[in-house]
Amino acid sequence: MKKLNRRTRVLILTLVMAALLAVVYLAGLLVPEEAVASDFLNAKQPPSWEHLFGTDTLGRDLFWRTIKGLSVSLTVGIAASCISAVVAVFVGIAAAVGSKRVDAVINWIIDLVMGVPHTILVLLISFALGRGLIGLLVGIASTHWCSFARLIRGEVLQLRGQQYVAVSRRLGKSSSWILLHHLLPHLVPQFFVGLILLFPHAILHEASISFLGYGLPPEQPAIGIILSESMTWLSAGMWWPAVFPGLTLVAIVLLIDRLGDNLRKILDPYSAQE
Amino acid sequence: MKQTAMRLGRIFIRKGLRIVSLLLAVSIIAFALVCASPVDPVQQYILKLGTTVSPERRAALEEYWGVNDPPVERYVNWITNLLKGDWGESALYRRPVADIIGERFANSLALMACAWVLSGLLGFFLGCVMGLYRDRWPDKILQKICYLLSSVPTFWLGLVLLLIFAVTLGWFPVGFSSPIGVLEADVTIWQRLHHLALPAITLSLMSFSSIALHTRQKLTDVMNSEYVLFARARGEGRWTILRRHGLRNILLPALTLQFASFAELFGGSVLAENVFSYPGLGSAVAAAGLNSDVPLLLGITLFSALFVCVGNMIADLLYGIVDPQIREVSQ
Repeated sequence: MKKLNRRTRVLILTLVMAALLAVVYLAGLLVPEEAVASDFLNAKQPPSWEHLFGTDTLGRDLFWRTIKGLSVSLTVGIAASCISAVVAVFVGIAAAVGSKRVDAVINWIIDLVMGVPHTILVLLISFALGRGLIGLLVGIASTHWCSFARLIRGEVLQLRGQQYVAVSRRLGKSSSWILLHHLLPHLVPQFFVGLILLFPHAILHEASISFLGYGLPPEQPAIGIILSESMTWLSAGMWWPAVFPGLTLVAIVLLIDRLGDNLRKILDPYSAQE
Repeated sequence: MKQTAMRLGRIFIRKGLRIVSLLLAVSIIAFALVCASPVDPVQQYILKLGTTVSPERRAALEEYWGVNDPPVERYVNWITNLLKGDWGESALYRRPVADIIGERFANSLALMACAWVLSGLLGFFLGCVMGLYRDRWPDKILQKICYLLSSVPTFWLGLVLLLIFAVTLGWFPVGFSSPIGVLEADVTIWQRLHHLALPAITLSLMSFSSIALHTRQKLTDVMNSEYVLFARARGEGRWTILRRHGLRNILLPALTLQFASFAELFGGSVLAENVFSYPGLGSAVAAAGLNSDVPLLLGITLFSALFVCVGNMIADLLYGIVDPQIREVSQ
């Protein structure tokens, strides 16, 4: 068999990771409600083959609850990081292309959002929107675009200094033409890489905020809620509700992180060589 | 000399104006968000009283809270009282918000200061090791650990530490900042530190990786420079090079980064305090939000913004000292 080159290997690995995430997501959606229904006869079971992660105090199977929770996390993560990535691109381009005053105002806004600890800002937004899934989503989406917007701004400024941009300006192309044909194509790989790097942050924030009791109602399966319930029983020696769902969350976040890294290698081979 | 003083004064004034404008904006946004909330603060306040309230009393309360006034008027009232030192009364703890913040901030400050120093020292040291042994096994292992830790949620790390060291091994208490049933005045400093240890370790484990990776990058740049090549040719060892050429180049940038990370520190402390039921600002803000305690929520939000602003300002000033180019530009 011919040895695969590095790029192909990375490509295959990326596809496998994406498929794994998709499986987790779909499994969470398709799990029937009976699988996570309460079963008081089987409450507080330690992990076994029947219940991989054990059961909680109401006898709900923690493995399926975790998977369901992850699926919610992934939904929130995808939606929030897409929104903030799009916002970041718009804001970043506006800051770089617009006048000095626009740039100053945008910088001020970024300073403002970065000036309040994100956890507190998300709490506040979630409080304002009545603590639902929507509040969580809006909160995470509106706090995560800042650093990415700064990155895009720097990138656009650097691209605008390139000679081919100067040439096409001399050739009489309008600013919007240059933006569309010279700048945006360069930002496409940046956009996807940035998007997927925002993703783990969004998921971690989702878990933290639902852990604090905001976000989803407590009967919903969400990683943060499972972990916050597990705290009550921790000193009674129930360790499995705290350990396994958390480990799964870490595994998923690591997986997404690697996925983003691989995607960067595929889309932006120069940076991968460093 | 006089010119320098004037320049410094001007920088301070500009920075001060920026901070005031940011804080003002934070207060407006926070107030608007709280106003937009579907929760009725008067109803919550009455619920917390635990007794039934006559319509007249309710009307008086509504009058006191100013619920029926237009939002702008309420905001102006709130902010003027705030500037006079009256931060309102917390519905949850039934005490003035300023008192609660002052008391809890002392606890939070102890926690955050410990974590800040610990993560700074640990991160800086590990960053130096990584930079010196670049691409060898210590570097590779430490880098893996750093990336792993940045994927771990703070509260889960806290839970695991709690499980291992407090529940299973029993080395540390499970929560709170002092032993239960002991009078505030009788608590010794050792007991406090004993209670502080686990949350502080959790918090510092969460934040040391960014400083370590940053230091590694900076030290790598130094190690690739020609003066280090020359030093090596003269026969200086790795750690001598670090001491003579490395430290003075990387120490201040690392310190700057550490000051600029106050926002993450505060955000992390909210989670750590909730896991360990540590009575600081973080657990208060979560409780305030859950119990719709509007004055406390607003107060802590504003206070956290002030805290972060101070950190950022110190970082900015340090940048000026580190990098003369920035100093030139800001003239």
